[in-house]
Amino acid sequence: MSHGANHMTQSEPNRRSEPLIKVKGIVKNFGAFTAVDNVDLEIYRGELFSILGASGCGKTTLLRILAGLESPSSGTVFVDGIDITNLPPYERPVNMMFQSYALFPHMTVAHNVAYGLKRDGVAKPELWKRVDEILDMVELSDLSKRKPHQLSGGQRQRVALARALVKQPKVLLLDEPLAALDKRLREQTQFELMRIQEQVGVTFVVVTHDQGEAMTLSDRIAVMDCGRFVQIGSPSRLYEFPKNRFIASFIGSVNMLAGQVVRCDGTLCTIYIPSHDSHFEVEHGEYLDKGAAIWLAVRPEKIRISQTSPTSDMPNQILGIVDDIAYTGNMSTYRVRTEAGDVLEVTHPNQSRAKDSQLVADWGDTAHLCWAPSDAVLFSE
Amino acid sequence: MRRSMYSYPLAKGWVQKISTSWRNVMIAIPFFWLLVFFLAPFLIVLKISFAESLIASPPFSSLLEILDDGTLIMRLAYENYSYLWEDPLYVRTYLNSIRISTISTILCLLIGYPMAYAIVRSPSTTRFVLLMLIILPFWSSFLLRVYAWMGLLADQGTINNILIWLGLIDRPLRLMYSELAVHIGIVYSYLPFMILPLYANMEKLDDSLIEASADLGARPIMTFLTVTLPLTVPGMVAGSLLVFIPATGEFVIPDLLGGGNVLMIGRVLYNEFNANHDWPVASAVAIMLLLVLVIPMMIYQHSQSKQAGN
Amino acid sequence: MRGKRSLFLLSALSFGFAFLYVPMAVLIFYSFNYSKLVPVWGGFSTRWYRVLFESEEMWAALTLSLKIATVNATVATLLGALAGLTLSRAGHFKGRTLFAGMVSAPLVMPEVITGLSLLLLFITLSNLIGWPSERGMTTITIAHITFSLAYVAVIVQSRLAGVSQDLEEAAQDLGGKPFRVLIDITLPLLMPALAAGWLLAFTLSLDDLVIASFVSGPGSNTLPILIYSRIRLGLRPDINALATMIILVVSIGVFVAGWLLLRQQRLRDQEAQLATADSNGK
Repeated sequence: MSHGANHMTQSEPNRRSEPLIKVKGIVKNFGAFTAVDNVDLEIYRGELFSILGASGCGKTTLLRILAGLESPSSGTVFVDGIDITNLPPYERPVNMMFQSYALFPHMTVAHNVAYGLKRDGVAKPELWKRVDEILDMVELSDLSKRKPHQLSGGQRQRVALARALVKQPKVLLLDEPLAALDKRLREQTQFELMRIQEQVGVTFVVVTHDQGEAMTLSDRIAVMDCGRFVQIGSPSRLYEFPKNRFIASFIGSVNMLAGQVVRCDGTLCTIYIPSHDSHFEVEHGEYLDKGAAIWLAVRPEKIRISQTSPTSDMPNQILGIVDDIAYTGNMSTYRVRTEAGDVLEVTHPNQSRAKDSQLVADWGDTAHLCWAPSDAVLFSE
Repeated sequence: MRRSMYSYPLAKGWVQKISTSWRNVMIAIPFFWLLVFFLAPFLIVLKISFAESLIASPPFSSLLEILDDGTLIMRLAYENYSYLWEDPLYVRTYLNSIRISTISTILCLLIGYPMAYAIVRSPSTTRFVLLMLIILPFWSSFLLRVYAWMGLLADQGTINNILIWLGLIDRPLRLMYSELAVHIGIVYSYLPFMILPLYANMEKLDDSLIEASADLGARPIMTFLTVTLPLTVPGMVAGSLLVFIPATGEFVIPDLLGGGNVLMIGRVLYNEFNANHDWPVASAVAIMLLLVLVIPMMIYQHSQSKQAGN
Repeated sequence: MRGKRSLFLLSALSFGFAFLYVPMAVLIFYSFNYSKLVPVWGGFSTRWYRVLFESEEMWAALTLSLKIATVNATVATLLGALAGLTLSRAGHFKGRTLFAGMVSAPLVMPEVITGLSLLLLFITLSNLIGWPSERGMTTITIAHITFSLAYVAVIVQSRLAGVSQDLEEAAQDLGGKPFRVLIDITLPLLMPALAAGWLLAFTLSLDDLVIASFVSGPGSNTLPILIYSRIRLGLRPDINALATMIILVVSIGVFVAGWLLLRQQRLRDQEAQLATADSNGK
């Protein structure tokens, strides 16, 4: 069903070697409900991999299957070539950072971190040396004697991270690692996580519902919906070449228009949009049958907005009236009501501080919109 | 602008904002009731415990006496307390009560802990039904639950009948009127008081802590010992005290199942009062019982208010 | 992990419930025994139920107990609600510590002490002011109210602790005078707690032997006092019949209450599910 401009492959060519994690045909049923529906996945050594999806899409269940906290109804999980499907969590070379952090309330920070090493029977001097090192890395050495309830949210998050990392797992699983933090801290912590991941070189698998977070953090993202992967790829690939309407609207915002193919000349297709009674041109990688029903998608920042009419040889022009402006500092989002009655979103950077030139158009102004044929995408459904 | 009409610190309760007289009435009614019917009676017991026993009505001396020359004297008789101390019967009875209720409490804990744990681990509908089944005996008659064991433990009771019928014994075992019977009675009657606080504690226990422990490499037994057990200490303390405190002063169970063979303080107090009519000694026995229980009672109150604070 | 129960836990659970319920089952079984000797099976019969129903003494004791329990539950709920309400919502007042102590102390006070002290109070009062002239229903009711109100107060307090003061403050912000807020917001929120408190006070009173036997007078036998005076002398089949009736009534009550609660909870879950489905709807 892919009509992206490039032929998409499921995973991109960063295969440095054999995959570290190999998930084959995993199914998980809870009674009549299928949480994970026949999923295959390969994750490579040293990757920061995100599983992105709305709540209830099955992403946490998949993570818990990797951790061994849930056993799959069918399918296998390999880590480093070894089948771990039937290993209990306490025998897996995998550790997890829980969404709630799950810090033991009756133990100090140091004892929380030391817990996993003690279970592995690491000898005392070695054990405390490693605890000290990891606490140093997450900058918590001063607080090692505190109990979890004496820590701030950000500090707890770092204890949870240290506790999971100190065991030097092959894979670190992170369940919504930043969800419990407030916005500012979340942004700082994103970069902190990336720094630590680079430093320790452990493969991270992050589950998140926040597409911004996934985009910032990840080498690759798998978007999940209804227990299946919809698309797997790098952040830029998912954004610029979404596989279908779901991905396009799930990652970033997008304007979507329904239409039909009028003709296709090589890579350039002409689309008729009935609601606007006009034709649009789109660079598309594949040939499309004439008359095929199609969705035309264009991102808000790809649309140029101005109060003066663009030269008439520019394709893809729409005239409208500015309905609403949302000023967000670095840019403004214009909601433009077209003559056809639908509303298109357009973003424009606020490049100048001068008060008058800040806005390219004001409320109620007429606005001319246009975009290049290569900036729109077509979806068949 | 409503705020300006009520300018009071927000952290305080709203009942304060009801006009002072109404608020005082609301406090005064239960306050007065408890002063008259709880605190005053207790002070009277304290007073009588220092009086002398008389054959009269009321059968005790007055502490305050106005002599012929008009001077007021106060006579405190410590004899009742020294009597308790000197008579080995009382000392033994106190120690016996504490020993019996301690053993029963431990038995309750041993039986109740796995039950509470199993209930918490059950699917939610089953859990609800099981909880109802735990609470149900509590709503039925305490006295009749003890009576049920009389029927089981009697010389011609069900247990002996079955054992004889099976050919395991020739003549009935002496089950009734023994310390064993009292332990069974206490455990049977107070088991729900152990299970419910334990359940409440375990239910609040975050599942992800157990999972985190497994994830960090702990086998189930280790997880239980290092995570579950320490975190359910508050429930164990609350449950144990809820069994220990009433069991120590228990009257019905030792009377019906223990007979004359098992000395417990509640029964001695009852007999001292109703059979011997020695009110001062009975009062002194009550005060001593309270002194024995005051530490566990304070621990319980403290643990409850600490839990409420969290 | 929830839902996984080891063999050990399952057997502990089975043993525990067998321990709780087998004695009751045996008790019920022998209530249908023809023989006068409880543990000797003499064939099926309901004659002890007839004996029970024809016993005027039993009816008188039951009536007295029900009267005391009803008055006790009602007054204790009122007083307990006031105590719980003021303790959790009235901020600080003079004597609060003493008040809080007196409210919670009866919960852990051994019954023999409560009974003895109340009896001594009644005797002292009757010597001083001539009231109560005789001990009986009134004194038992007062004694029961005193310890029942503590239970109600605790239930009310814990219910109020779970209800955010935001609701009451929102009502005030919208213009509700404090007394209206009490009627419109706090009381409806307290209704489940008050109902539970009333029921608990009612059962506690019906169940109490020790305190009642201290403060009762001649001729005022409550049901537990009557049962006790009979079973002290040994096993009696009519008491088995009585126990069966009590267990039956309580079981019906608990099952109806449980069923209602469960249904309510399911309904709420369903509605919540529908609501989320709606908001997720395309």
